[in-house]
Amino acid sequence: MNCTKCKTKAVIGLPRHNAAFCKNCFNGFVHDQVARAIKSEWMFGKEDRILVAVSGGKDSLALWDILLKLGYRADALYVNLGIGAYSEQSHAKVTKFAEAVAASHGAMLHLHTVEQEAGAGIKELAQLIHRPTCSTCGTIKRYQFNRVAIEQQYDVMATGHNLDDEAARLLGNVLHWQEEYLDKQSPSLPASVEGFAKKVKPLYRLSERELAAYAVLNRIDYIVEECPMAKGSKMLQYKEVLNRLETESPGTKQTFYWGFLDKQSKKQPTATTMAEKDRAVLHPCTSCSQPTTAEVCSYCKMMARAGTAKS
Amino acid sequence: MQIQLSHPARTVEVKGPKKVKDLLRELNLVVEAHLVIKGDDLVTEDEMLYDGDQIEIRPVISGG
Ligand code: SF4
Ligand SMILES: [Zn+2]
Ligand SMILES: [Zn+2]
Repeated sequence: MNCTKCKTKAVIGLPRHNAAFCKNCFNGFVHDQVARAIKSEWMFGKEDRILVAVSGGKDSLALWDILLKLGYRADALYVNLGIGAYSEQSHAKVTKFAEAVAASHGAMLHLHTVEQEAGAGIKELAQLIHRPTCSTCGTIKRYQFNRVAIEQQYDVMATGHNLDDEAARLLGNVLHWQEEYLDKQSPSLPASVEGFAKKVKPLYRLSERELAAYAVLNRIDYIVEECPMAKGSKMLQYKEVLNRLETESPGTKQTFYWGFLDKQSKKQPTATTMAEKDRAVLHPCTSCSQPTTAEVCSYCKMMARAGTAKS
Repeated sequence: MQIQLSHPARTVEVKGPKKVKDLLRELNLVVEAHLVIKGDDLVTEDEMLYDGDQIEIRPVISGG
């Protein structure tokens, strides 16, 4: 297989684009797709300060790498969840990337260790408050990212969600007709009230396989093992089904998700009306002053129930 | 040739020569969910693999 652009030996075939690329042309393709996503969804500009949520996995490290190479001002935050060997290894990968690559671009890494603030790791906290580990984890990660973004005055928060993540999530939402979640599936969510940072997903045009290839080709050392809690998750099942369809009919995932975005953009309430909606229901948490719909935000409630937090 | 697989980590022995595409099909693995790495290099589905090659088939799907 030869590169569609320069005719040298290809390293990856991309059936959904009817193309194959050598390393250089593939890097160009990936950077182009991200640049296009940033521009078409008005994500951020060259002056904006970006906070990337990194986990040590391929997507978030690739995102940090791409943004720095495209010349953006991107720092990162890693949340250590305290899940045994998985957290230790992913933490080490993130630190290594920050020192070996990001530092030379003048970018810095923020660290948050759940155990330090909450007095226990994610699994233990989840048991104490009788909630699934992943939902406890989600609440904590969302809270900490937003907190760092606001406190350190970042203009926007970027996550490594890719085409597969978004297509699988859309499939889940549609299968259960969770229409109220559909509005939140846009790759660019405005800062809704003072106290909520703007959130973007610059990788929504790239598949998981393309991002893994980018990491391998550019020698980005990421954690291949999964978080042990992800085993058997619904998301994994949806992704498997979609990848079977994709292999039979290339382009299925993008037609599904991008087609949805296209429809949404024609009928979606504009950013301002969404912000207005939020402003009507959100106010500062009485305990930590981050925005919430209740008296006390879900993070503070969780910490109170667990009773392990160090003050 | 030695094939290294993940989730769970294990090694299988497969007789070469064999095309990447056929190797994946034999192991019942979907192209869209895997990368095939020979030595340090990514290879396309039409690449021929020979006995003695060091091959890793890396899953690319994560559940988070
Ligand atoms: S799988 Fe669950 S516990 Fe693990 S990182 Fe993802 S949300 Fe957190
Ligand atoms: Zn080329
Ligand atoms: Zn609070």
